[in-house]
Amino acid sequence: MQLIKKLLALIAALALTISVHATDQHQESTDAEFDPMEMIMHHIADAHEWHVISYTNKQGQEQHITIPLPVILIDDGLHIFMSSAFHHGETLVRKGEKYYKLYHGKIYVTDAEGTIEYDDHHEVINAQPIDFSITRNVASMWLSILLIIGLFTSAAKRYRGPPAVPKGLQSFLEPLILFVRDDIAYAQIDRHKADRFLPFLLTLFFFIWINNLIGLVPFFPGGSNLTGNISLTMVLALITFFVTNFSGTKSYWGHIFWMPGVPVPIRLLLSVIEFIGLFTKPFALMIRLLANITAGHIIILSLFSLIFVMKSAYIGFVSVPMALMMFMLELLVAVLQAYIFTLLSALFIGMAVESEEH
Amino acid sequence: MGLLTPDPGLVFWSAITFGILVFILRRYAWKPILQAVKSREETIEYALAAAEQARVEVEDLNATKVQIMNEAKEERDKLIKDARELKKSMLDDAKSKAQQEADKIIASARLQIEREKNEAILQLKEKVAEFSVDIAGKLLEEELQTSDKQKAIIDKYLQEVNFN
Repeated sequence: MQLIKKLLALIAALALTISVHATDQHQESTDAEFDPMEMIMHHIADAHEWHVISYTNKQGQEQHITIPLPVILIDDGLHIFMSSAFHHGETLVRKGEKYYKLYHGKIYVTDAEGTIEYDDHHEVINAQPIDFSITRNVASMWLSILLIIGLFTSAAKRYRGPPAVPKGLQSFLEPLILFVRDDIAYAQIDRHKADRFLPFLLTLFFFIWINNLIGLVPFFPGGSNLTGNISLTMVLALITFFVTNFSGTKSYWGHIFWMPGVPVPIRLLLSVIEFIGLFTKPFALMIRLLANITAGHIIILSLFSLIFVMKSAYIGFVSVPMALMMFMLELLVAVLQAYIFTLLSALFIGMAVESEEH
Repeated sequence: MGLLTPDPGLVFWSAITFGILVFILRRYAWKPILQAVKSREETIEYALAAAEQARVEVEDLNATKVQIMNEAKEERDKLIKDARELKKSMLDDAKSKAQQEADKIIASARLQIEREKNEAILQLKEKVAEFSVDIAGKLLEEELQTSDKQKAIIDKYLQEVNFN
């Protein structure tokens, strides 16, 4: 419980950096048509500020309460400043000779007036600096790893001393750890080789699961679509790819490039297919997690959008139960996708480290 | 589409973050937890094996106890049987010895009685003879008071005697 207190303190500290910002230009646009597509895309995309809440004040101005996050740009040198300098995209930030504009969550290089140019497909063609900013997803990820490290190191402390019956947090986490160990790692990888990959698989499982859950929390500090972001799923899939192929045995590579026991023409054909398979496996991992999590977010947000599209609070009687059902489903999907990602990673590693005899 | 374009910043940060997470958790969580779980499993396995062994030993012990008790029972029965037989044979022995002794005593008593009887008969015979002689003497005295009778008897005996 100490841990939860610490986390709450951290969130409170974050909240102290909150910037309240009033936008006047929205005043005339409050009657504008609600665009669910834009709202949903805004929610599932990354952002340079951590949005807490928005409301309309007595003067009819829309107020946004956000936590500004550091922007780190590499563009003729390193530029570091807080995202509050953009004032939610209303002001340009001048660094050296260049002006930067925050437009739909992305930073573009513009002229002094902040002109955004489009091509025929309505895609922005302005140049983009290399962006290493601590975005909402990065901040959310760091919060999640603090949570994970806190949970598991405090559980680990209970294992000191002689063997004892698990208690409290430990008795909740231990079956999960043993599940990953016995039903994922030991089930897919040769027993004496599996221990080497256990830390990776365990970390993978809990990292994906907890981030999926954080993504489902609809208010600050949750709601970020980290595991539904292709950058993260790509990194995780790439790690699986490297771990798998760097631990591949002779027989594994033999089976890929020179399948034993089949005629030569088929061997050639198979080696092409197996070589492509090397890349499609992690690619499928990447897309599966991204698509499942993003789809869940989109469905829930769409259900809520119905209320605003129909402009009737009564739609809530339909939307809320359905969204509740989706939340239940997403809770299952959160653990299921973590399980599938870890299981398939273990399966690929298991295939790569398999010994000759079979 | 924006959703499917990886963002280099997030790729960079998530790779670093995940790497750090694996490193920290391996060192401070997975290693101690997995080792403790393994050692606990081994302890449990060992304890179970020890309990099983103890159970087998107790069973063996029980079997031995039963066996020893059975043997003791048999031994006791045998001893009792032996004692009974011994008693019986001793009794029989004593009986037959007593019988023999009694027979011997009876036989010797018979002999004694026979001897005593014979002696008594002999004595009785002697007495009868004495009495007879006495009676005869007295009778003779009576008869021979008169000389006639004496003469007659003398004559008779003289006639009976042959002088040849």
